[in-house]
Amino acid sequence: MSEAQIECRGVTLRAGTRLLVDALDLQVQPGNRWVVLGPNGAGKSTLLATLAGARSADGGAVLLGGRPIEQWDVQTMAAQRALLPDGWLDPFAATVLDTVLTARYRLGEADEHGSRIAGQWLSRFDCGGLLQRDVRSLSRGERQRVAIATALSQEAPLLLLDEPIAHQDPRHQALVIDELARLVGHTVVASLHDLNAAVRLATHALLLDGRGGWLAGPTGEVLTAQRLSALFDTPVDELHQASGPAFFAVRPPR
Amino acid sequence: MPPQRVLLALLLAALGSLVLALATGSVSGVLSALFDPSEGAASRSEVLWQLRLPRALSAFAAGGLLALAGSLLQALLRNPLADAYVLGVSGGAAVGALLALLAGGGLAGMQAGSAIGAFATLAALFLLARRAFFGRLHTAARVAEEASTSVLLTGVMLAAFAAALLSLLLALAPDVQLRSIMFWLLGDLAGATDLRAALAALATLAVLLAAAATQARPLNLLLRGDLQAFVQGADVRRVRRRLVLVSALATATAVTLAGAVGFVGFVAPHLMRQLVGNDQRVLLPASVLAGAVLVVLADTVARTAVAPLQLPVGVLTALIGVPVFIGLVRRL
Repeated sequence: MSEAQIECRGVTLRAGTRLLVDALDLQVQPGNRWVVLGPNGAGKSTLLATLAGARSADGGAVLLGGRPIEQWDVQTMAAQRALLPDGWLDPFAATVLDTVLTARYRLGEADEHGSRIAGQWLSRFDCGGLLQRDVRSLSRGERQRVAIATALSQEAPLLLLDEPIAHQDPRHQALVIDELARLVGHTVVASLHDLNAAVRLATHALLLDGRGGWLAGPTGEVLTAQRLSALFDTPVDELHQASGPAFFAVRPPR
Repeated sequence: MPPQRVLLALLLAALGSLVLALATGSVSGVLSALFDPSEGAASRSEVLWQLRLPRALSAFAAGGLLALAGSLLQALLRNPLADAYVLGVSGGAAVGALLALLAGGGLAGMQAGSAIGAFATLAALFLLARRAFFGRLHTAARVAEEASTSVLLTGVMLAAFAAALLSLLLALAPDVQLRSIMFWLLGDLAGATDLRAALAALATLAVLLAAAATQARPLNLLLRGDLQAFVQGADVRRVRRRLVLVSALATATAVTLAGAVGFVGFVAPHLMRQLVGNDQRVLLPASVLAGAVLVVLADTVARTAVAPLQLPVGVLTALIGVPVFIGLVRRL
């Protein structure tokens, strides 16, 4: 087996005194697409920020390309992984193009391809017509897709995505998931709340129960109605269709 | 307008404002004295070298330094209302200067006192808000926004505290000194007659602008949030430490030179943002030039409008600054 793109060895995550993830062992191989599922507050965003090297684990080690993540230089690490954060700040006016181009920082001043690459990713996420718009005038859904194009324009092989289909209408949910599933040469770790989007996107799944427990493996083994019902503490039913399983949550227990 | 052209226009405006400042005043023909070898030109030439030139250059440096500190603080706090005056740094400097004056320190004492006051206030600000500013990265956008707000609110409270201390000191000050103290508190360049001090301040401005310019690219990233900037490859904490130091030095130098001149720090960056946008590589030099022009022109008006009386330049910058501030708040 080749060296993992990113790896967790006994990683423990806490929020204050609350234990979120206990001794997580995870190996993300190049080209795999992982989905992180779990109830609100289970530690999905915290895990993604930890994998990005933006916060240190409360125990255990994260290895990026086989090397402890805290040993990476900030600028070199930017060539290895990009992150779609769970929100954005636009305190001052800026065009969509300039905002996406911040992703090219690591490439220095003489970056000839920046505008072309930014334009390509924006087009693929249905934002090709927004280049000169002020980011503050966009809808949340549009702004989110601009943020996805920003993460991709960084041209890092490992993509960490915090709820990529947040704020998307049904058509754009499908578009974002399809584009992410079609990526070649990228490894994806994405948190999602939509179980069917998870099935369409992912090759592997990580379930976090928010009380320390976790389960990781190929989607076919991990994503079952029984496991998801237990994870979300609400009945989840499974439909078997030709295209694969489909899940839907029945109403919550009284 | 392309940024190069804006910067060129600002450079010409800066030169023009300096020439205007040198040519305007109760003694006329001051500039032509430069090229006049006759006996009578000597006194006019003296006016130029010993009064107008030091004062115009001091105004230029003070304006540029305040605009530099203002635009850096606005970018670091991600808030267009941040400025050394609003955050209480100028007020702290005034307290320091006043204490030195009341202790019998004279002009040199006042300058030292104001520098110490400016640094003490910034130190207090960042000490009180150090978790928000230098602590671990804010991994949620919401938390980063709250942190900036907490620094800003802390600064506003420090400004109020400095104002209270000033009132206390003024109540204790002997009457004979009150008028000159009041002028200085409002921001006054009447005492700026030392050409060497003015040139030293200009050199400081150049060095600090150059230092800030090296951090302009990562600062563009910091504008959009700590987590984002870090992931894209900017060393967030190092950039922030350096720029806080630059803005502290700039404020201290400006206040030492010209007293507590207010509002330049956000009027100049605000006007330039409309012209050149938010790319800090262009915005920083543009704001510095605009702030310099603003204070040179304001001071020229201040010393000629009701001549032979002189107005404190801070009164004029406040008269311009307050409406701009209100306009800014209304549009937020």
